[in-house]
Amino acid sequence: MTIKDKVAIAGAGCSKFGERWDCGFSDLVIESSSEALKDAGIGLEDVQACFVGQLVQPLTGVGASTVFDALKLKGIPVIRNENWCTSGTVALIEASMAVASGCYDIVMAIGVEKLKDSGYPGLGAGRGMNQVYEARRTAPGSFGLIATRYFQQYGLTMEEGKALIGKIAVKNHHNGSLSPRAHFHNEITLEDVLKAPIIAYPLGLYDCCGNSDGSACVIVMNPDLARKYREDPIYIKGFGMAADPLLPNARPNFSWTSFDALVKSSAQAYKMAGITDPRHEIDLAEVHDCFSITELAIYEDFGFSPRGRARDDIESGFFELTGGLPVNSDGGLKCFGHPVGASGLRMAYEVYKQLQGKVDNPKRQIRNVSRGLAHTFGGAPQVSALVILGNEKG
Amino acid sequence: MIGITSMGAYIPYRRISRAIIAREWGRRALKGERSVANSDEDCITMSVEAAMNCLRSIERSATDGFYFASTSAPYKEKSNAGLAATACDLKDDIITADFANSLRAGTSALKAALDLVSTGTVKNVLVAAADCRSGYPKSDQEQLIGDGAASLAVGGSNVIASFEAFYAVNNEIVDIWRNPEDTYIRTGESRFIMEQGYNLSMKKVVDGILKKTGLKPQDFKKIVLSAPDLRANLGVAKKCGFEPAQVQDALMTEVGNCGTAQPLMLLIAALEEAQPGDLILLAAYGNGADAFIFKATEKIKESAGASSLKKYLHTKTSLPSYTKYLSFRGLLEGEPGEPFRTLPSNAPYWRDQKGILRFYGSKCKKCGESVFPIQRICNGCGAKDEYEEMACAEKTARMFTYTIDNLAGRSDDPTIVQSVVDADDGTRFYMLMTDCDTTEAKIGMEVEFTFRRIYEGADFHNYFWKCRPVRKGGE
Repeated sequence: MTIKDKVAIAGAGCSKFGERWDCGFSDLVIESSSEALKDAGIGLEDVQACFVGQLVQPLTGVGASTVFDALKLKGIPVIRNENWCTSGTVALIEASMAVASGCYDIVMAIGVEKLKDSGYPGLGAGRGMNQVYEARRTAPGSFGLIATRYFQQYGLTMEEGKALIGKIAVKNHHNGSLSPRAHFHNEITLEDVLKAPIIAYPLGLYDCCGNSDGSACVIVMNPDLARKYREDPIYIKGFGMAADPLLPNARPNFSWTSFDALVKSSAQAYKMAGITDPRHEIDLAEVHDCFSITELAIYEDFGFSPRGRARDDIESGFFELTGGLPVNSDGGLKCFGHPVGASGLRMAYEVYKQLQGKVDNPKRQIRNVSRGLAHTFGGAPQVSALVILGNEKG
Repeated sequence: MIGITSMGAYIPYRRISRAIIAREWGRRALKGERSVANSDEDCITMSVEAAMNCLRSIERSATDGFYFASTSAPYKEKSNAGLAATACDLKDDIITADFANSLRAGTSALKAALDLVSTGTVKNVLVAAADCRSGYPKSDQEQLIGDGAASLAVGGSNVIASFEAFYAVNNEIVDIWRNPEDTYIRTGESRFIMEQGYNLSMKKVVDGILKKTGLKPQDFKKIVLSAPDLRANLGVAKKCGFEPAQVQDALMTEVGNCGTAQPLMLLIAALEEAQPGDLILLAAYGNGADAFIFKATEKIKESAGASSLKKYLHTKTSLPSYTKYLSFRGLLEGEPGEPFRTLPSNAPYWRDQKGILRFYGSKCKKCGESVFPIQRICNGCGAKDEYEEMACAEKTARMFTYTIDNLAGRSDDPTIVQSVVDADDGTRFYMLMTDCDTTEAKIGMEVEFTFRRIYEGADFHNYFWKCRPVRKGGE
């Protein structure tokens, strides 16, 4: 079974990401959904069902209430998921399946997170499955474990390894500098990356993504209806989602350099989309660069680079805007920011705009693109979800 | 024959030179250094480590009692003994009791254990004493006190030192005390408390036990006296007719006075050097005094080194500053970090104690995959509820990957080494590394497990196991 071409995106919106002291949760929801509805040429009253991706913030907001209350969605299904960092992508997958099933013709997927209202600068300590064993687990700490191991497995010294992943941060900052709505707009050098304070060695400040407020929204329709609303709907070509049970740190022989959830979720999506050679058949990708090392692992697990050879592609600039497969053209989580539940839909927004040739800053518009990928990765234990979009049928 | 069947000691890895403390207050330093419990250590964790060492030479399943002694236990109400016994993975149908408040609590527990075994109702009782007290900043006590633990197993077979005699005196005197709200030890005028407290009671109890048994000072290989300072024990021994060479070194320049644990730790030190037939007199002070006579048996030869006392004495690192000492003890509170996001609660902490406290994982009976924590459905082969529980505390392991996390730290411990370690049987653990310099972290390094305090989630002490570098001693 495939979802290929059974669902189309007819509108998308994305709030400004960053430290949005100026607005609350409701404002973010209204900001992204208003743009999406206008882009699709519909009103709120046309939305038949809504799927929400929101992890934890604001803490008081449980269920989908905060979203349907903000938008005054009346008498329709509103369903929230909080599947870690994949929540936004999962909301889009759910919305797409709702349309593909024939139950609904016009469905909203919206992701939102108001991290900066937590009163703390970071996500804090205490993650995972057990309140005691993992009381001191942090996100950078968990991903730092990958970096240490990757460097060891491929014979890189800490210095070589840090310089390698640092180039990913430099790339994403460059792309972010071209994205008006990104959290950060500063270009950085490799020297900046290497000199930055250490967060969780070997990861430094510039290896870590922004902790941001933001919201993104996508309107999905059945393709025939979508074409009535616009000339250039973007089609869902495939999706994949895979879980990876048992924390990697408990799993005997787990390599820490490759994640089953990444391999299996991408394989599902490629199969649905009919892609056999992702390195050449995908024209751009938004992937989950929560940390620079994560983006590197994804290059290999998604088949963008041969196993253990991401280094060659990073050094040749293959993933830069002008390269063979631009990755995170809008700056990624690194620079655009990571309001957890919104991120998957922010990525879909960028891919949608790129495939339409309507990116808000022409300097980062990638030419001659027809297929793009949007992906999020979270946990622990790991969950990975992605959608593949295309601008033509077939 | 009833007596001591096994011994275990514990001294924290961190020491601080008394000169560093004295310099902060512009006063003369006392000689030597003292031990300092790490920020994740307390009397429970230290006594567990000592008791685990003790349990290496005796049958765990034959231990049917656990007595815990401390004046600075983490819980003022709630069984500390039961918690330590559980972390030591002792069976549930045992007698547990807490001995507290008096500096003689360690010897009280020892005497109670000897008495209990002599009744024949239980066969083997483990005694563990630990203290982690604080002297007032600037005081002599601040320099003299040390942190540590000692454990003795008491039983009726395979005795390494037989219990020969006991004598005790009571002496009501307000000399050293803490009121319920006090963080620091209060002391009376020093000449008064030494003359009418320690010196008086210790002489009385030593004279008393000699008189009771008809033994003379020269009959003893060693006299072991608890020591409040660097020389008072020598004075008592001399007045009682013992030669300086007979006096067990009180480890005051290496460890310091570790309260209820001190007499037991010094007895261990004496027995580590004893030959079969040697008589040892032990006396401990605490508003009165307890005295014991033990006689080393033939089995003493087999127990050499088993207590690990010497290993701990030589395995140490110096705290660089007084500030660090204050912060380790929670006396200097730094800026609070972000709150922990996954708060525990009483029920899951109780329910999961097989993993959290006893440190059990599971081994699949079908495919053999070993994991921590216990998994009902095997991740390797999918078998449901077909596993055997697997004790993990004694495993050694090697570092597979790590990160040095500045975000997870708090003022007490600003940098956390998050570690993933593989045991020799392939079981993998995620845990924090403790008692290390962060620069020591290396893939492949050998680590062992140690029971530590994680944090105070839900307003109670949350304990779990950490790893630490295996040190061969002298490092």
